[in-house]
Amino acid sequence: MALLEIDAIDAFYGDFQALFGLSLSVDEGQAVAVIGANGAGKSTLLKAVAGSVPTRSGRVLYDGTDLADLPSHRRAATGISLVPEGRRIFSSLSVEENLLVGAFSERPGPWTLPKIYETFPLLERLAKRSAARLSGGEQQALAIGRALMNNPRLLLLDEVSLGLAPGVVKSLYAVIPIIRDNGTTVLIVEQDVNQALAASDMAHCMLEGKVSLSGRASELSRAAISAAYFGSEVHT
Amino acid sequence: MNWIMAAIGGVLLGGLYALYATGLSVSFGVMRLINLAHGDLAVTAAFLSSTLVLTAGGSPFWTILVLIPVGFGVGVLLQKVVFDRLVGVDPALQIVATFGLSIVIQNALLKVYTADRRALDIGSLKTKSFSIGEVSVGAFPLLRFVVAVLVLVSLSLFLGRTSTGRAFRATSDDPEAARLMGINSRAIYVIASGIAVSTVFLAGIFSGAQTNFASSDGPGLLIFAFEAVIIGGLGSLWGTLAGGIALGLAQTLGAEQFTDWPAQLFGHVLFLIVLAVRPNGLFGRAET
Repeated sequence: MALLEIDAIDAFYGDFQALFGLSLSVDEGQAVAVIGANGAGKSTLLKAVAGSVPTRSGRVLYDGTDLADLPSHRRAATGISLVPEGRRIFSSLSVEENLLVGAFSERPGPWTLPKIYETFPLLERLAKRSAARLSGGEQQALAIGRALMNNPRLLLLDEVSLGLAPGVVKSLYAVIPIIRDNGTTVLIVEQDVNQALAASDMAHCMLEGKVSLSGRASELSRAAISAAYFGSEVHT
Repeated sequence: MNWIMAAIGGVLLGGLYALYATGLSVSFGVMRLINLAHGDLAVTAAFLSSTLVLTAGGSPFWTILVLIPVGFGVGVLLQKVVFDRLVGVDPALQIVATFGLSIVIQNALLKVYTADRRALDIGSLKTKSFSIGEVSVGAFPLLRFVVAVLVLVSLSLFLGRTSTGRAFRATSDDPEAARLMGINSRAIYVIASGIAVSTVFLAGIFSGAQTNFASSDGPGLLIFAFEAVIIGGLGSLWGTLAGGIALGLAQTLGAEQFTDWPAQLFGHVLFLIVLAVRPNGLFGRAET
């Protein structure tokens, strides 16, 4: 059964509609990539699942339960963790305090402070440092570590690669198999198509608030992705 | 010797100002809320204390034990009824709404307690003092100062060492990201307002034991609290204590030098200088 079932949702920022009847499902244990250009609605999709953006129609089912009336802090407690776009680190807290805030809901599971430090050794070295004084890559590692501290059943990753050097992106993506091995289902939103496809089983391409292409990550052709990504017709 | 006495008096007076300012500092720090009714809440506490003493007898000190929880409850209620609607909106709306609240409280106090001035009687403690050599220190101002420091130390430990305290600071940094971590930001705001009102209740009782008070005194007290917060730097508890002390010192030392002038003037002058030269305050964070 699908862990996450998004069924024809519309989402708005004020009067601006970002999602148009979007449907998508994620099976437990999978890693699913959602790719698409800037403004396609990828981040909105993740925010709608995490509860930061309300949906007006359609349903978001998580483990069979409709999330409609659940505020975002309660969704976190059910095991939905979002690594938000722009990382949103708590800048007046230390690195370790950021991680501890991530464990606020006290969900049991494999991810603990020592395990985070084992997975991201750089965070252990920086533990006492103010999070405001981290580089972009360090902040992104912290944002992922902070989300893992909630022991999520569903981890939502928003634009992990944004603004980071390729080497740093590679090292962050290297953690995804470890996250999956510990039983977490992963939904990845990316503009970096290659990185996202390599880390995922399934992929969906979004265009103007809808899914324009879906398939197994390994089987989608570059031409089809390019057409779905930019909205041009596929000529065969 | 007079200068030393004035300096000690200023520091101890600063403790009271810091106690006034703590609530403003917490409200602004956690939810960026400016509450212009803060001073009126202090006056309310002084009147409630005097009513309790008149009804049940004894010293005003026992009423603190009752009024701190009552203040917390008032804060919770105000948050749910008024302040919740003001979080994250245009500061101009916060000013208008809490200014309105200030007028409502003042008129309610006027209706119940008339325009007469009242005082809280703490008996001989008011005039008691210790002498160290030629320097004498008032027992009550010293007690007030110690209580203010204890309140700030406890708050600082709460914010720095507990899980809920971390949640406070996370919410202050980024409420939306805090919610994603499972933190109920509205519950945090409710606790913040509870703390803000209970500390200003305490300040109001201590102030009422020192000088008499009337229903319209709130805005005057609010100014001292604001000045202490701004001088110390917004969002920093230790800054608030330093700001209170700086304000107290400016008043007592200024009055020592220029005996014809009102002491409060020198506090206002210090406040304006800090605003002009160091608008983030002595201990304020530099950003935004």
